Amino acid sequence: MSEEVLQLLKEKFPEAVVEIPEGTKDPTAVIRRENIREVALFLRDEIGFNYLSFMAGVDYPERFEVVYYLYSMGREPQRSNLGPLALKVYVEDKANPSLPTVSDIWPSAFQQEQEIYDMFGITFEGHPDLRRIFMWEGFPGWPLRKDFENRTFTFQELEPTRPKPPYW
Amino acid sequence: MAVALKTQEIVLNMGPQHPSTHGVFRMVLTLEGETIVDLKPVYGYLHRGIEKLSEGRSYLQAVPITDRLDYMCALTNEFAYAVAVEKLADIKPPERAEYIRVILAEFTRILNHMMAIGFLFNDLGAYFTPVLYAFRAREHILDLFEWVSGSRMMPNYIRPGGVAGDLPEGFIPKAKKLVDHLWKFADELDTFLSENEIFLQRARGVGVLPPDVAIAYGVTGPVLRASGVKYDVRRAEPYSIYDRFDFEIPTLPNGDVYDRYMLRLLEWKQSLRILEQALEQIPDGPVSEKVPRRLRPPKGEVYGRIEAPKGELGFYLVSDGSDKPYRFKIRPTSFVNLGVLREITVGHKVADVVIILGSIDITMGEVDR
Amino acid sequence: MAEELVVPPELRRNILITTVDKLYNWARRSSLWPLTFGLACCAIEMIAASASRYDIARFGAEVFRASPRQADLMIVAGTVTHKMAPQVLRLYHQMPEPKYVIAMGSCAISGGIFNSYAVLQGVDEIIPVDVYVPGCPPRPEALLDALIKLQKKIDRQSILSVPWYRREKA
Repeated sequence: MSEEVLQLLKEKFPEAVVEIPEGTKDPTAVIRRENIREVALFLRDEIGFNYLSFMAGVDYPERFEVVYYLYSMGREPQRSNLGPLALKVYVEDKANPSLPTVSDIWPSAFQQEQEIYDMFGITFEGHPDLRRIFMWEGFPGWPLRKDFENRTFTFQELEPTRPKPPYW
Repeated sequence: MAVALKTQEIVLNMGPQHPSTHGVFRMVLTLEGETIVDLKPVYGYLHRGIEKLSEGRSYLQAVPITDRLDYMCALTNEFAYAVAVEKLADIKPPERAEYIRVILAEFTRILNHMMAIGFLFNDLGAYFTPVLYAFRAREHILDLFEWVSGSRMMPNYIRPGGVAGDLPEGFIPKAKKLVDHLWKFADELDTFLSENEIFLQRARGVGVLPPDVAIAYGVTGPVLRASGVKYDVRRAEPYSIYDRFDFEIPTLPNGDVYDRYMLRLLEWKQSLRILEQALEQIPDGPVSEKVPRRLRPPKGEVYGRIEAPKGELGFYLVSDGSDKPYRFKIRPTSFVNLGVLREITVGHKVADVVIILGSIDITMGEVDR
Repeated sequence: MAEELVVPPELRRNILITTVDKLYNWARRSSLWPLTFGLACCAIEMIAASASRYDIARFGAEVFRASPRQADLMIVAGTVTHKMAPQVLRLYHQMPEPKYVIAMGSCAISGGIFNSYAVLQGVDEIIPVDVYVPGCPPRPEALLDALIKLQKKIDRQSILSVPWYRREKA
C-alpha cells in the first residue's frame, strides 16, 4: 500500500522528491527542504495520513537529517492499514541548519520540533514558540550532536550559565 | 443593578515539587479568578540524557537503560526495544519466548492500569486509600516478577532474541491463581468506584477531548480510545503473537476523565482474557535465540513499535554496522500525549487540572528521557 | 548513674527517671515526617514502603508532608538533574532545623547508571547527607533499614552539642 503512495508522490512532485532509497525496511522518500510543506499538505488532505508519529533528528558527518514517520488513523477499519511512510529531509548547511515548520499541519509536531531544536540546534522557520525545553537557554552546546562529547559536569561549572531571576 | 468587577490575571506556578504532578513536572498557569486562561508546561527536570548515553553502549547494554524510561512498567519498554532490534537484525525469537513475553507484558499492563486508577483517585482527594488497594495487588504481581527475573522493578529480562532465562517450576499454576484473584479485584474496584457520587460529579464532562483533536495531536493509548477512535497497535500492525489471541478493543464515546478511568478498567479485563489464553497455550522449548553478545546488525534504520500500557511506544534505531547504535531515538508515549494538555484544560478550574493530568497518566521518566 | 536513686516501692510504677537527651531524642526519632520528594523510579519504591506490606507507619514516618516547612526528613529518591538541582537546594534551605537527608538509590548517591551531561553526580555535591541507601531501586526493606539507622544516629546526638542550639553562627 505504501509503495503505491511512493509512486504517487514521485508522479505528483517530481522535483521535490530527491530520491527513494532502496532496501529500507520501511517505505522512505527523501524530500527537498523547500517543498516539505506542500508535500505534507498533500499527504494529509488527499491521501489521509493524519497521524504524525514522531520526528527525529540524526547527525551524520556531512549533513543533518530530519525524519518524519506518518501513519493513517481513520475511523473506518480499512483506513488504518496505511502503514508507515517515512519522509526524510536532508539539511546540508551544518553551520545554520533550518527547516520550515509543519506544526500547523500536524499539531503533534509542535513539541517535537522544540525538542529537535534543543538537542541539535536546528531552527524551524515559522514555529510559534521555539525554545529549549529540556535544557535551559544558556546551556553550552547542543547535546545530541556528535561533536558534543558526553562528559559529566559539576554543579559549580554550570552555575554561571543558568538564567538569573526573574526567569521563567 | 450589576457591578462590573475589575479582575487581574495572575500567574501561578504549579512547581516541580508538588504532591499531584506525577513526578517532576512544572506548569505555569495564567488564571483569571479560578479559571485557567493559559497553561505552559515546562519539561526537563528529569532529563537524563538517555539517548546520548545509549549511543556509547552496545545493543545488549542498552536494555537496562530502557528499563528506566517508563519506570512503572519496565517490561513493556524492554519488549518494544526487543521488537525494534529484532526487526533491524532479522532475528525471530522462539515460540516459548514469545508466550513468556506476552504473559509478562499483559501483567505489566494490568499493573499500570491499577496504579493509574489508584493515583487518579489520590489526586481527587480520596487520600491514599485507593493507592493502598492498588499497591496490595501490585505486590502480588511483583512477587511473580521477582520469581522470574530476580528483581521487582527493573527486571532486565526481555532481551533481543528471546528472554534471559526460563520460567521457574510452578510458575504457571501460581499465575493462574493470580489471574482469578485479579478478576475479583477488578470487580471490587468497579463496585467501589464507578458509581461514586462525588467522582461522577467531578469527572463527568471534565477535560473532554474530541477525536479529531486527539488524532491531530498524535495521542495514542487509553486516552485516544476513550475519545472514540478504535486504534490499537496490537491490531493495526500486529507484532509478536498477538494475532493468535481473541480479545476486543474497547472504546467509549465521551472522552472525559470518567471515560478514561472506565476504559482502563475495561482494558484490564481484556488483558485478563489474553492472559488466560496464553497461560493455557504456552508450549515447551528453548527460550532464546543464539544472539552474540556484541550484536552487529546490518546497516540501516528501522522503527519498531508496540502498544505499551500508556500508548504507542517505539524505538527508531539507526545502525552503521558497528556494535553500538548510531542513533537511538525513543518515541515517547507520555511526551506526545502531554501535547494535548493545554487544549483540554483551558476553561476549567485549577482543581480540574490536577485530575485531567492524572487521567492522562504520564510518567516523567518517559517525557524527559 | 553516679549514685543509686532509691524509689519507694509504692511509687515504682509511676515514676520514670531518665535523661533529657534520651527523652528529647526519643520524641524526635519516633515521629520523623518525610517530605514528598520522589523524583524518579525510587519514588515508587518509597510509596511501596509506605503501603500496606512494608509499613513505614510502624516507625512513625507515615505522614508525608508536601510542604517543606512542615517536614523534617528529606528522602531524595531518584535522579537529580542539573535543571532540578537549584530547586533541591531551595527546598533544603526551606526546611526548618532539625533536618535530616537520606539519599535513596544509586542516582542520588553518585549519579548511578547515568554518567551524562545532564545528571548531577550525587546529591551530596549540594546538600549534606546523613544516610546513603544503595540499590537501583533499593527494596522497601532497605529503606526501612536506612530509617532505623537514622534513628540510631539521632539517638547518639546530645542537646548540648547539636548545631541548632549553638550560640555561634553555623
